[in-house]
Amino acid sequence: MPHNTVAVVGAAETTKLGVIPDMSQIQLHADAALNAMADCGLKPKDIDGVATAGETPVQIAHYLGITPTWVDGTAVGGCSFMIHVRHAAAAIEAGLAKTILVTHGESGRSRVGNPPRSVPPSSLNGQFEQPFGPMGPPSLFPIPVLRYMKTYGVTHEQIAMVAVVQREWAAKNPRATFRDPITVEDVLNSRMIAYPFRLLQCCLVTDGGGALILTSAERAKDFPTKPVYILGTGESVETPMVSQMESFTSSRAFSVAGPTAFREAGIKHRDVDHLMIYDAFAHLPLFGLEDLGFVPRGEAGRFIAERNTAPGSKLPLNTNGGGLSYMHSGMYGMYALQESVRQMRGNAPAQIPGANVSVCHGVGGMFAASGTIIFSNQQP
Amino acid sequence: MPEPGRTLPQPTPETQHFWDGTKAGELRLQRCGECRHVYFPPRPFCPKCATRKVSVFAASGKAILDSYVIHHRKVPGFEPPYAIAVVKLTEGPRMMTNIVECPQTPEALQLDMALEVVFAQQNDAITLPFFRPAKG
Repeated sequence: MPHNTVAVVGAAETTKLGVIPDMSQIQLHADAALNAMADCGLKPKDIDGVATAGETPVQIAHYLGITPTWVDGTAVGGCSFMIHVRHAAAAIEAGLAKTILVTHGESGRSRVGNPPRSVPPSSLNGQFEQPFGPMGPPSLFPIPVLRYMKTYGVTHEQIAMVAVVQREWAAKNPRATFRDPITVEDVLNSRMIAYPFRLLQCCLVTDGGGALILTSAERAKDFPTKPVYILGTGESVETPMVSQMESFTSSRAFSVAGPTAFREAGIKHRDVDHLMIYDAFAHLPLFGLEDLGFVPRGEAGRFIAERNTAPGSKLPLNTNGGGLSYMHSGMYGMYALQESVRQMRGNAPAQIPGANVSVCHGVGGMFAASGTIIFSNQQP
Repeated sequence: MPEPGRTLPQPTPETQHFWDGTKAGELRLQRCGECRHVYFPPRPFCPKCATRKVSVFAASGKAILDSYVIHHRKVPGFEPPYAIAVVKLTEGPRMMTNIVECPQTPEALQLDMALEVVFAQQNDAITLPFFRPAKG
């Protein structure tokens, strides 16, 4: 069933992005939520649904003074917010809530008011991955890369180009953390983190937040903002352990979430004007382009290296600079959604002229989960 | 010898047979009694067909190197750079491990190279399965 009856009417990031040591994690949620409410002229009393990850919906509803009739605490990593949007659209269609707030806030860099990450030694990850020396996503997420490279003959230089092209987009965004141009040589000479990936192929670690407000397409007409309609959505999960992925050259979660969203939206790839693929690390846009069917298997490296997603191309990808250059608090999905909404409203710093359809694809954990949202600024 | 600082597993009732196995010098996998699917990590039912009729058996310990990273940051119990590897066992399942008796370099760590399991005792309760280049 196409979700073309729900729209985003409020959208905002935290006032500051980057290093915010004077704000705790829950206040980053609130800062973004207050900005999103101001964006569309709502107050907490107008909100009847809350979805969030990182904090619980209980904490966020209480902190903001909201009395919800619907909550969603799906917390599957950085794509939780795509999944919240999907669930919110379904809830609005089902009449469970009228006006839903989705919040994200994360003190990823300053680590103020957020619990330390730890892997319980009795969990499956704790028993069968942690003893072998991983330390967070930079040591685990790139594990499939060498197999992917060998299978398709993808080069280090091609994957380095992912970071180079996204820096070109970041240069157009005043709020991007890193804006200075970089070359393939810069990437391949940056500090080794976990071979084959170097520092410039790994995401930033910053502080920030974002929030969205959704309502029915019918009510959206009464808001001061330009409605951004939800055409299609998808979600899936695969495994909490990267070592247990079915394949190291494809993500099963991507391959379910992406095509589900395309089917719901009833669009073809040629209809897509703008694309966001959550890039915690440089290989994610490659997996995303292939698993979502934008390019044949094994061709995404060449596709990006040949500038088919760069400024001026037909498939603008990660136009805010992405997690590699714009910002990455830990659960970056919200910022990808914000950029899609800006592009559909027509007010993005690197605005794609005439863009009508935006695909926003997220990952959670180490290929553990996925959510895809397809937006349009055209009334269904 | 114990390697100080390495995070060690805490077995659960469903995984105890695996850790008992490594202690006894066996790499124990499970096989479905109905669809014959061989799977890992341990659980007392088949993740393909959901039957509880499953059995534990000792795997060959043979594997190939499927993929890896060479980690360059300091982690308690490890001397960087060190490889965090995933091996594909002859019986089918993949598992994360470390590669020992081999330089931790891209040149030495060739994908698809033949490996065999070795057991490294960490303490009285836990022995970890590592892999080394196969001998013959």
